[in-house]
Order: sequence, then structure tokens, then C-alpha cells
Amino acid sequence: MARVLVGVKRVIDYAVKIRVKPDKSGVVTDGVKHSMNPFDEIAVEEAVRMKEKKLASEVIAVSCGPAQSQETLRTALAMGADRAIHIEVAGAEYETMQPIHVAKILAKLSKDEKADIVIVGKQAIDDDSNQTAQMTAALLDWPQGTFASKVEKTDSGLTVTREIDGGLETIKTKIPAVISADLRLNEPRYATLPNIMKAKKKPLKKMTAKDLGVDLTPRIKVISVEDPPVRQAGSIVPDVDTLIAKLKEGGHI
Amino acid sequence: MINSLTLFVTYIKNFKVLNQVRCASQVLPQFSSEKYKVKRKPFGTIEASDVDYFKTVLSEDRVLTDDNDVLPFNIDWIKNCRGQSKLVLKPKTTQEVSTILKYCNQKRLAVCPQGGNTGLVGGSVPVFDEIVLSFMLMNKIISFDEISGALICEAGCILENLDNYVRERNLIMPLDLGAKGSCHIGGNISTNAGGLRLLRYGNLHGSVLGVEAVKADGTVIDCLKSLKKDNTGYHLKHLFIGSEGTLGLVTKVAIHCPALPKAVSVGFFGVEKFEDILRLYANAKSSLGEILSAFEMADNDSISSTAKNLKLPNPISDYPFYVLLETHGSDEAHDSEKLTRFLEKEMESGLILDGTVTSDPAKMQTIWNLRENIAAAGLVEGYMFKYDVSLPLRNYYSLVPLLRQRLGAKASRVYGYGHVGDGNIHINVIVPKYSPEASSMLEPYIFEEVAKLKGSISAEHGVGFRKPQFIHYSKDANALQLMQQLKQLMDPNGILNPYKVLPEI
Repeated sequence: MARVLVGVKRVIDYAVKIRVKPDKSGVVTDGVKHSMNPFDEIAVEEAVRMKEKKLASEVIAVSCGPAQSQETLRTALAMGADRAIHIEVAGAEYETMQPIHVAKILAKLSKDEKADIVIVGKQAIDDDSNQTAQMTAALLDWPQGTFASKVEKTDSGLTVTREIDGGLETIKTKIPAVISADLRLNEPRYATLPNIMKAKKKPLKKMTAKDLGVDLTPRIKVISVEDPPVRQAGSIVPDVDTLIAKLKEGGHI
Repeated sequence: MINSLTLFVTYIKNFKVLNQVRCASQVLPQFSSEKYKVKRKPFGTIEASDVDYFKTVLSEDRVLTDDNDVLPFNIDWIKNCRGQSKLVLKPKTTQEVSTILKYCNQKRLAVCPQGGNTGLVGGSVPVFDEIVLSFMLMNKIISFDEISGALICEAGCILENLDNYVRERNLIMPLDLGAKGSCHIGGNISTNAGGLRLLRYGNLHGSVLGVEAVKADGTVIDCLKSLKKDNTGYHLKHLFIGSEGTLGLVTKVAIHCPALPKAVSVGFFGVEKFEDILRLYANAKSSLGEILSAFEMADNDSISSTAKNLKLPNPISDYPFYVLLETHGSDEAHDSEKLTRFLEKEMESGLILDGTVTSDPAKMQTIWNLRENIAAAGLVEGYMFKYDVSLPLRNYYSLVPLLRQRLGAKASRVYGYGHVGDGNIHINVIVPKYSPEASSMLEPYIFEEVAKLKGSISAEHGVGFRKPQFIHYSKDANALQLMQQLKQLMDPNGILNPYKVLPEI
């Protein structure tokens, strides 16, 4: 049976209105509600289902970030992961952390933990990078099934249905492999109370990037983060004729 | 990316459900006057000259006379009542409301004030040809004091818009209800709306600081102070809170907004029997103290039919009863510690069979959606009789099994849900089709039972058009007489929202 490693990222909750910092260096995160990246939640759910179907022996959740990332890991544990690893990255170092660093950490951990399958969300909703799965696969030299909307275990490996432009693509991969979860892969469960209580007692190991020999020096510099342009207010016109005239005036028809 | 995330968002934030249900049935309801056999009072009838006059008061586009334009103003949202109004006026200012009422009062033209038209007792739609006075264009925020939390605005502001506005300034509206996306603050005040957080923030008689209202003869009563304390003479503002537009029309509102809670959690639990809900409520009050902001219950039928009819996910499996508990606090760590201790204890005691707890905004919204849409979900299955009663907590749920037994196979569903913390239960009875027979099995039976238990036949929905004949089950003859005298004093010609609230004498 396979051992599954799942990457989970703590991000600003998607229901929160994002505010850009006045100095345009990033977005305001202090005092803002955070939750698990929704696509990572789907990844955890898929791993837990594999375990419930006896396709996986153990699910390990990994998160890189500040101390609060442990809350995200507890959520993963409450959903059914067996144990968690927190790679503590704080302050300025976390602000410049990029997918390449996370991929290196996941790749190293996959080897150390003897994982057979790595599942991550297809992207995090904060930076929208969509790189971690691909980079992890490349570093490990494993096959990858990205944008998965269905994952089935076969004798020789996995059959992954991928969401691609205009349709679905079905591929077969060997194990070990890296999967990235798309929106329709599953509907994540709500952690139940008994499991939330149990999760508090499950093992959570704390490590640093240094322990894994990963250098967190940034490779990319963020020049400026800006709000999208404000939408102009609409106006109400009295009748269809005026509407058509206005549209013509604006050169839309 | 954008597409998939939008899908994610709309999937979870099912705010539009109410509107979908609203459009689901296209059949026009019967005229209220025929359905409930009401006789028109001797008011004046609208003539062309009246319409011309109103066009001089308002601009032409704010005077609606076309049948198609007027129709939506004639039907209430549960499609139970239908009036026959031919005229809708949309004033923008208090002065316009005053001018209109003065004219109507002289001409004995009856008026039906209307806010978001989300009322559940037919109070917001005309019965005959009353002129509909819609407040939809009186939607401006006048002032907001971020320190005291006093918001002053016009009556036609939509509750959700106000809530969004004050939230940006770290405060919230003191009330929240399922219809927040359409209901107006003026309507909330005229009906003394309760809602989901009354337990924590109290009712509108406490949070409304001041009101500006127009009497039937056009006199503007200015009680629009934003003071917490003002013991100068009679507290007239209270006459306009909950009088459903029969004593005067609320045009402006001053309301106190509490601080936006920094930490919010929602729990959703399965419970074995109703008695356990009461014990759980008592324990929640003592264990959670000041952070408890809502304690709601729903029976299995409420939740399972809502989940099925509106395709909303139920986060836990099937249980006889459900409890939704919410906390509002200022410190996440403090609240979560308290909540965890409470939950551990009650899981152990067996009062909570299973459940989930979350502080993720999206997940909390999904749980609230399930609760808030119970009201709308039944409409899909047939005709719905809705009751909104207050009962002593010990007897809170006892009417539901009684009604199930009484109606037997005639009802496709009888279910109860509501605000345990306020002693307020909503009972919905679904029948395949409206029939006078089903109606007579329910009314006045249910009101008699409520009176026996010393409850109120209308907890938060009001009396409106549907319940004046039952008001005596909850108010004695002397109280009713005083109400009649007040009505006579403030609206001697009875033009304001006739056929509503007070019974005929």
C-alpha cells in the first residue's frame, strides 16, 4: 500500500476582501482570516479517501510557513491525515518563499518519508503560481498527473483524468507519482467533532528548511503588487433607444 | 483559474437560492380579497387626476401604472397574497412621502407601504387597490459615527448593503436575517424584525436609536436622534417599531451598530431528542457566556428537505435534530479554548452526537445557508402554511408532533426550526395544494394551542394581513382597545395599510 504525502498551504480565506499594502510590497495579512487553500483541501480529501479505500497506508500532511500553519495542519489531521510535518518558515523568509523552495522541501521529504504518491492542490489561491506539483515531479524525476479530476488506482499505477482546455484527458502513470488536484476531483468533507478532538493528539513534527538542506534564498523579486482597476459605475438609461444610442456612441455596436 | 474559482465561490455561497425559488412557480396566486373573503372599505378610488397630481409631485418615471410594472408589487414573496393595486409611487424624500400622504388623506385614498416585500404575513402587499408606496429609492446612507456606532439612513436601504457598509468600518448591523439581500431597514423596523442574532444583540426596540416617520396626514414626526439615552416625554419611536405601517411610515432610521466580532465560529451538531437541545442550550449559556451569539435548532425534516430541494450540502449525517451554534468574540484563542472545552464536555455527556465546528468563513457560510434557506426550501414541494410562534422553552417543540398527528397524510411535511435562544419556533406545514379544508384544520387550532401554552401567535413575522383575526389569542381586549384608540388618533381615516394588524370592530 502506498504512503501519501499531501502539501497544504495556509492562505488568506477566499471570502476575505484582499487589501494591498500601501507600499505595494504585498497584501495585508495581519489580523486577516486565513484557512487552508481550497485546492489543498481537495488534495487532503483525495488522500484520505485513498486511505479509506485501503489504497494508502498512511497520509502525511506537510505545510511550510509561520507557526499558524500548524492550525492548517490540524485541519488536515481532523479531516483524516495520520500525521503532520511543519516546516517552519517565518517573517521575511516566508514572504519571499516560492514554489521552487516548497517543491524542494516536498521532494526531500518524499524521499525521507518513503512516500509513493504526492498530492498537492493545483495552485494556491494567493499567488496562483501553479508550479509546485510540476517542480516536485521534476526534482524527483517522477511522473505527474496535474489538474486531476479523477484518480483511480490500477495494478500497475494510477489512471488520472485531467481537466484540460475543452475536455478531459486520461493518462496512466506509474507509482511513485505526483498529482495536483483540480476543483472537481471531490467535495472535501467537514471535519467532525470527534475527529477534531482526535486531531489534537496526532503527531506533528516541527522541522526547518535547513534540516532538509533546502536553501530558501529568493530567485524572484516582487516589484509591485497593485489593485485591479476599479470598475466604473454603471448608469441607468430610460429606454432601449437611448441604450442603443449610448452603445453606438461608445463604439460598442 | 478565474473560472474554476468563481465556480467554487458560487457553489458555496448560495446566496441566490432564495431568488431561484421565487421564480420557480409562475402561476399567479388568487386575489387575497377572494381567497380570504374580505370586503373593500369605503376608500376613494384612484382617478386620472390623482395620477396626474402624483406625476407633478414625483417625476413621471416614479409613478407606475402599467399592469406589468405594478404586478410584482401586488404579490408577496411566498405567493400567498395578491392585491389589485393599479398605482405604485416611488418617493425619494421624506417631503415627497409627506406630500403624497397629505393628498391621500384628504382624498381618502388608501396606501400600502412597501419595503423589500419579504414579509411573511401579507403585510407588505395591498389587498384591494391601495396605492403602493415603495421605499426602494429612499436608499441613501445619511451619516455614520464610527465611534458611537450610530448609523443614520433612509428607510429603503437594503439590510445587506448597510451591513457591508458598516463592516468596512469594523461594525455590523445589529440584526441579520435570511432575507437580508432584499429586505429594507424601514421594513425591518416597521415589522420589528428579529432574525438570527437577536440572542446576542437584542431586538430593535433596543438598537433603534431614533426614527423619522410620516403620519397619515403628512405630518413629519422627527425622533431621529442618535442618542442612547433620551428620556424626554413619551418614547414615540417605539410606536413605529412593529406597528407595520399602520400608525405612520418610517422614512429615516438611526440605529446602533455593534463592533464587528474579530473571531467567529460556527458549530453544527446532531442531537438525539428535543430535551437534549434544551439542556445543551442551558450548558452553552453557562459555558460560553458572552460569546454565544446564536443558538438555532432544526428538526430532521427541515434540514433534509432543504438539503435535498435546494441541493445544499449537509455537513454531517442524518440526526433527529440539529443545532447551529455561533460565537462572536474579540479573541480567537480565547473563544476557541472556551468552545473546545464546551464541545469536549458535551460530546462526552452525549448531548452532542456528532457535529462539526469551523471558523473558515466559507464553511460557516455553507452552514448558515442551510439554516437560512429552510424557509424557502419548502416552497418547492407545494403550498406552505407558515407559523412563527413564541413558546415557553419547555413546550418549544411540542406543537410539531401535535400537528403531524392532526394532519396525518393530508400534509406532505410538517417541520419546525427556529431560534431556541429567543423561544421562537417556525413551523412550516406543506400540503400538495392549498385547500380551505387544510387551512381550517390548522387555524385557529394552532393559535388556540399557542394561547393555552401562554405563547405568542406571532413572534417575529408580525400580524399583517393574515393574522388580525387571531391577535386576540395573544392580546387581551383592553390592550386591543388601546391599540384601536392609537390608530384612531394617528390615522383617523384609516388610510395607512388597511386590513392589516388590527381586527375589524
